[in-house]
Amino acid sequence: MMSKKLLLKYDHIPGIQALDVYRKHEGYSALEKALKSMQPDEVLEEVKKSGLRGRGGAGFPTGMKWSFLAKPESVPRYLVCNADESEPGTFKDRYLMERIPHLLIEGMIVSSFALGAKTSYIYVRGEYFYIIKILQNAIKEAYAAGLLGKNILGSGFDLDLYVQPGGGAYICGEETALLESLEGKRGNPRIKPPFPAVAGLWGCPTVVNNVETIAAVVPIINDGGEAYAKIGVGKSTGTKLISASGHINKPGVYEIELGVPVEEFIYSDAYCGGIKNGKKLKAVVAGGSSVPILPTELILKTAKGEPRLMTYESLSDGGFATGTMLGSGGFIVMDEDTSIVKNLFTFARFYRHESCGQCSPCREGTSWMEKLIKRILDGNGKISDIDLLWDVQSKIEGKTICPLGEAAAWPVAAAIRHFRPEFEAYINQHNTIKEVKHYYRLNNLAEV
Amino acid sequence: MTTEEIKFNDAAQHKVQEILAQYPEGKQKSAMLPLLHLAQAEFDGWLSPSVMDYVASILNVQPIEVYEVATFYSMFNLKPTGKYLIEICQTSSCWLCGAEDIIHYLENKLEIKTGQITKDGMFQLKRVECLGSCGTAPMFQIGDKYYENLTFEKIDSILEELRNENKRSTYV
Repeated sequence: MMSKKLLLKYDHIPGIQALDVYRKHEGYSALEKALKSMQPDEVLEEVKKSGLRGRGGAGFPTGMKWSFLAKPESVPRYLVCNADESEPGTFKDRYLMERIPHLLIEGMIVSSFALGAKTSYIYVRGEYFYIIKILQNAIKEAYAAGLLGKNILGSGFDLDLYVQPGGGAYICGEETALLESLEGKRGNPRIKPPFPAVAGLWGCPTVVNNVETIAAVVPIINDGGEAYAKIGVGKSTGTKLISASGHINKPGVYEIELGVPVEEFIYSDAYCGGIKNGKKLKAVVAGGSSVPILPTELILKTAKGEPRLMTYESLSDGGFATGTMLGSGGFIVMDEDTSIVKNLFTFARFYRHESCGQCSPCREGTSWMEKLIKRILDGNGKISDIDLLWDVQSKIEGKTICPLGEAAAWPVAAAIRHFRPEFEAYINQHNTIKEVKHYYRLNNLAEV
Repeated sequence: MTTEEIKFNDAAQHKVQEILAQYPEGKQKSAMLPLLHLAQAEFDGWLSPSVMDYVASILNVQPIEVYEVATFYSMFNLKPTGKYLIEICQTSSCWLCGAEDIIHYLENKLEIKTGQITKDGMFQLKRVECLGSCGTAPMFQIGDKYYENLTFEKIDSILEELRNENKRSTYV
């Protein structure tokens, strides 16, 4: 079954990056509808009805987030788009912005209208500089066509939209770190409360939403929130972009209706097309590097034996003992020959590099975890190191200002939980080699 | 170089004004990251203390406010770089698809270790974390360009092309 497409319906159309082509394919119809026939609160109502949840990873209901926005008199409000896509395994926002930039621009204008923002920013990770150029070009076209600036489409609504580059820092995907960065500072997350909805950019009420979330507002306004909510399963409504990578035949970005079985997603030719080189599946990181890795038997089926679905609820079924999270939809697939410990090392190195250093449990813990995993891989580990690793990760989780602590701890915990024998094998195998070398006085031989 | 000698050319000055206009009155410090990117592109691909002081003077902030930002973000080079800074992604999906082989190949071919610059100043290797190119792994970035689905043959022709082009890579 092919999924219904809402965001990538027209991404294959040649020249869709250009405004005139985009407009020929329903482009800016949601904006016209909103500005000409709806009040800002009615747009918010449709988003609430749609059940749309934040597509950056946390899955918080977007309508609710919008309704928290404080609206004091004569204080500007801001909408900031989080395009700091940096979660390993995730590249969907890049794809969307590159292929169909006007969808994001249209979503930004409609959302700004709903929130009463007169100035909005798209904060794009600095490494995506070529994407920044694409967006700036699209914005220029939109200004020229009267879709941005003063009195948009004769409605009396004004909006200025700017693109802001990041400087290379994963932490700026955390919304308060992003706002700090947008204010020209280091990306250190803020202590909450106050939440950005009350005191965000320059102390003003601010909504920060992911690229895909804002883009989804366009079909929601076009077709209505109820129509959107009919797609998907339960509280996982609508479609989701999944970034599929690793040992699969067809890596890429897929728009799925939430509810597709994981097994179908991995093996169907409509999606990943099965495991590369005919190998067997070993494990999947289903929602970006931060979410727990699951072995084959638990990613395809829940602990209760039900088929695992691509939904927020089904992927987290069983809690972290046997489940994971949908997260950002960064779907990393590993074949039977993959070393889980080595892959974990790349995650641990990543989080050590990306910790902002503000909270000691994260600053110290991430480098400690990296060193411990390295020691095990280098053959200098002890069995007690596995317990130590477990202990360190458990002392980061829940003890930091922002969720980077959890993001660093969860992959370590899950790897030990599901693949402990692999850690033990690295340690025991090297110990055996050392003993043999010692017995035969071979210590001067090269390291194995 | 002294601060007096460091000044954006007219085209860059124009860009500075455009960037500063993106923020409300009094919030010009927000131009920090865009200006640092611009300065790095204009002044040989790295941020010397005098260049950072110059940016501080434009933003009307203390130099330390620029230093603390420049040292936080991974894209700002605080030392001179090779003409082409090859930034190779080493995180999970790229690692799964052979990033280490790519790194070793480049190290052998260019006869340098990661972090180092070739003797002719042309290339520098740098390991970086996820660049959002996981579905097209392995990959590296040079300036604002992504080179994806890399193979050894592809790398050979990319390096050859760049040697002929001989123009500093920048993000801007």
